[in-house]
Amino acid sequence: MKNLFLIAYLDVKESLRSKWFYVYSVVFGGLMALFFIAGVSDSVVMGFTGLSRMLLIFIQVTIIILPIFILITTVKSISGDRESNVLEYMLSFPVSLKDYYWGKMLGRFLTVFLPVFLPVFLALLLGVVFGLFKGGDLPWRMVFLYSSFLFSLSFVFLGLAFFLSTIVKSTDVALGSSFVVWIIMLAFIDIALMGLMLQNRISDEVIITIAMLNPIEVFRIGAISLFDPELTVIGPVAYYLLDTLGSNLLIIYAIVYPIVIGLILAYFGYIAFRKKDLL
Amino acid sequence: MLVVAKNISKKFMGTKVLDNVSLTINGGDRIAMMGPNGAGKTTLVRAILGFYHIDSGEISVNGFDPVKKRVDVLKNISFIPQLPPPVKLSIEELLMYVERSSGVSKEKIFEESSKMDLDLKSHIKKPFFKLSGGMKQKLLIAIALSKKSSLLIFDEPTANLDPKGREKFYELLTEIDTECSTLFITHRLDEIEGLVNRKIYMDLGKVTEDEKI
Ligand SMILES: Nc1ncnc2c1ncn2[C@@H]1O[C@H](COP(=O)(O)OP(=O)(O)O)[C@@H](O)[C@H]1O
Ligand SMILES: [Mg+2]
Repeated sequence: MKNLFLIAYLDVKESLRSKWFYVYSVVFGGLMALFFIAGVSDSVVMGFTGLSRMLLIFIQVTIIILPIFILITTVKSISGDRESNVLEYMLSFPVSLKDYYWGKMLGRFLTVFLPVFLPVFLALLLGVVFGLFKGGDLPWRMVFLYSSFLFSLSFVFLGLAFFLSTIVKSTDVALGSSFVVWIIMLAFIDIALMGLMLQNRISDEVIITIAMLNPIEVFRIGAISLFDPELTVIGPVAYYLLDTLGSNLLIIYAIVYPIVIGLILAYFGYIAFRKKDLL
Repeated sequence: MLVVAKNISKKFMGTKVLDNVSLTINGGDRIAMMGPNGAGKTTLVRAILGFYHIDSGEISVNGFDPVKKRVDVLKNISFIPQLPPPVKLSIEELLMYVERSSGVSKEKIFEESSKMDLDLKSHIKKPFFKLSGGMKQKLLIAIALSKKSSLLIFDEPTANLDPKGREKFYELLTEIDTECSTLFITHRLDEIEGLVNRKIYMDLGKVTEDEKI
């Protein structure tokens, strides 16, 4: 266990020096900060709708940026080290594969989350200060749930990236396959699903199932249901889901499902790491 | 007996890279391993270090299986790879990794480095991969020699050193505990002739010669 934390710590230090981390932090952290500062101050000034409008834009941006950022930066973690023979050297020291793999995972987890959640805290702080001066309530429940959705979405892609990173031998293939997965998931969000539904060739149950299996769609539905409980903005699939599951169950599902899938994928990656040749 | 490899075979994409290799390394053995590129030397070493799941045969190091008991096996082995890996950690962080994972003290590594005229302290914040080729190799050697191991494995360790660096390196090797076994993969037998007492020749995945000298 002590090596697990050592490896996580060193991975974080390494990431903090890399260029991708700064691009990621600036882009994503900036967006988060913008959203929360604008949203929070708007909501204090104009009430709930201010936050909702910002949230909608932000959800769309998140859906596109967050998964691909996590995939690109993480998928190279193990496959890149393997290709450059860094893995050969680092693993010639007496650390267990368990410590190494989960340490790397923990390290990436922290680097991916810092830029997402630091701005949230700052904005919340700001919100509290604003609230003190102007009166009005912060939508605590919404902020908390929304952060949980972000956490879940990040987690599933982190697990996916580690899975791909260990089972695939070369970085190029790992990167390529992560792009394919990302594009497919993006393609099967509501818009495409609606198209399928309209064609009437595939049964509605299949379409609903596809929607519920796609973590990006799950995030989208969950996030939008937070501020638009009627889900008027996102179409019939989401509406159907909300109708059958109810809003509480939907929220729980949107938090738990991606984490479970992320854990399963990460665990499969770990099994592959142990059972296959390391180099 | 330190390392016992019995009839090991390993295929990569249909080609036999190790073909029924048997080899034992005893305490005090100082081995020069030679052979053309692609003979399987690096693969054999990696199998001993537990990086590969071999197709058939058995390997044990100090009685442990290198894949199943990698921590127990690697505690007692120091390894220098063929090319210095582009590790992005700073020197400081790399030393921390070695110190914590293997119980080697930093002071010892500083000491070994200065014997090779490598001034670590002035580069301590630099990423490892930004050091010059020779400096990287020296640091890897210093780390390997500082770690208390019963087997030292060097995969062509002097390939990146200038003649002076090589001389210093061989000087250091004379200081290795005689209890400690060494395995050098090398193309330059002439340079280490005085340091070894056994010569192994590999070709096409087989050990073709194994003699004491
Ligand atoms: N991980 C690997 N995957 C596929 N082929 C490999 C791998 N490692 C080595 N080989 C192949 O095995 C052969 C032996 O390689 P190696 O053991 O590195 O030889 P040597 O160290 O004696 O030069 C080479 O033909 C090499 O291309
Ligand atoms: Mg080799």
